[in-house]
Amino acid sequence: MQGVRIDLISEERLAQMPSMEKIRLILDNVREGTIVILESGLSPDEQSTLIEMTMQEIFPDQFSGIEIETYPSKQRGSGVLSRLMRGENETRRLTVIGPANQLKMIRKDRGLISAWVSGR
Amino acid sequence: MGISQTLSRILSTLFQSRTARIGIYGPPNAGKTTLANRIAHDWSGSVIGTTSEVPHETRRAARTGNITITGSNGRSITIDIVDTPGVTTRVDYKEFLEYGIEREEAIIRAREATEGVAEAMHWLREDIDGVIYMIDATLDPFAQVNIMMIGIIESRKLPVIIAANKIDLPDAAPQRIRNAFPQHPVVPVSCLDGTQIENLYEEMIRYFR
Repeated sequence: MQGVRIDLISEERLAQMPSMEKIRLILDNVREGTIVILESGLSPDEQSTLIEMTMQEIFPDQFSGIEIETYPSKQRGSGVLSRLMRGENETRRLTVIGPANQLKMIRKDRGLISAWVSGR
Repeated sequence: MGISQTLSRILSTLFQSRTARIGIYGPPNAGKTTLANRIAHDWSGSVIGTTSEVPHETRRAARTGNITITGSNGRSITIDIVDTPGVTTRVDYKEFLEYGIEREEAIIRAREATEGVAEAMHWLREDIDGVIYMIDATLDPFAQVNIMMIGIIESRKLPVIIAANKIDLPDAAPQRIRNAFPQHPVVPVSCLDGTQIENLYEEMIRYFR
């Protein structure tokens, strides 16, 4: 049977994994054509590292990078207090990651991610 | 030289802070180098980099030092401007073929682009004190790279001004960007023709001082 593999990783499992293990797991799976869904997403530092490591692994005709989708962070105010608190209460939200050539975003807003997944 | 003057000079040397480095970040083709060139042209008479419709024209970060920007009320800031490669999570050399670039050259360009993205992230982690984040106002502001980068910048507690660029185009909708990122100042601007660029300068003086 042909199809696309989807791995859904729970918040509990993610919480037990060091950052680099998480990123390695994501990239290894996505490079194999798997769609990875993280219940609680990645921290900003992990996202930054994921971008860097993705760039290092791009190779012509084999891997062109990742498509990653998550909801926008929850709105905070624009007042002085909010600016002082910036980054203190980071929110991790459900995140979908897949190969750039297989996962395409159709529509997205604050509460909806609509994506198209194709086979390899 | 008196003791107090000597002490003052030593203390000044010890605690002298370097010029703030303001990074221009954003996805490819948002107008980062166009803004960097406009700032450099308006305030130092120089040019930082070349621009092109082909994505990833800027593949190395470029710093221009000691640019003094003066506002309408006489206040000023002196900063270094760092023009960075466009940030993305994908680079496919085949995209460059559509612009008439040969395969071999496209592959080299793609490799340089991936190195440039990693370099931009390094700068953000180590050497940037404030950010002008460029968004093309004709496009969807909820693009994932915008959400991720704004989150990363916030987590580093860096001051950020969002430049809603390309307001000279009929499809530009800077209000969508304000709605998407209400927690940050958003300045509609056209870096190409200079429309409202003075508003961005005033905001930079106010926000990066």
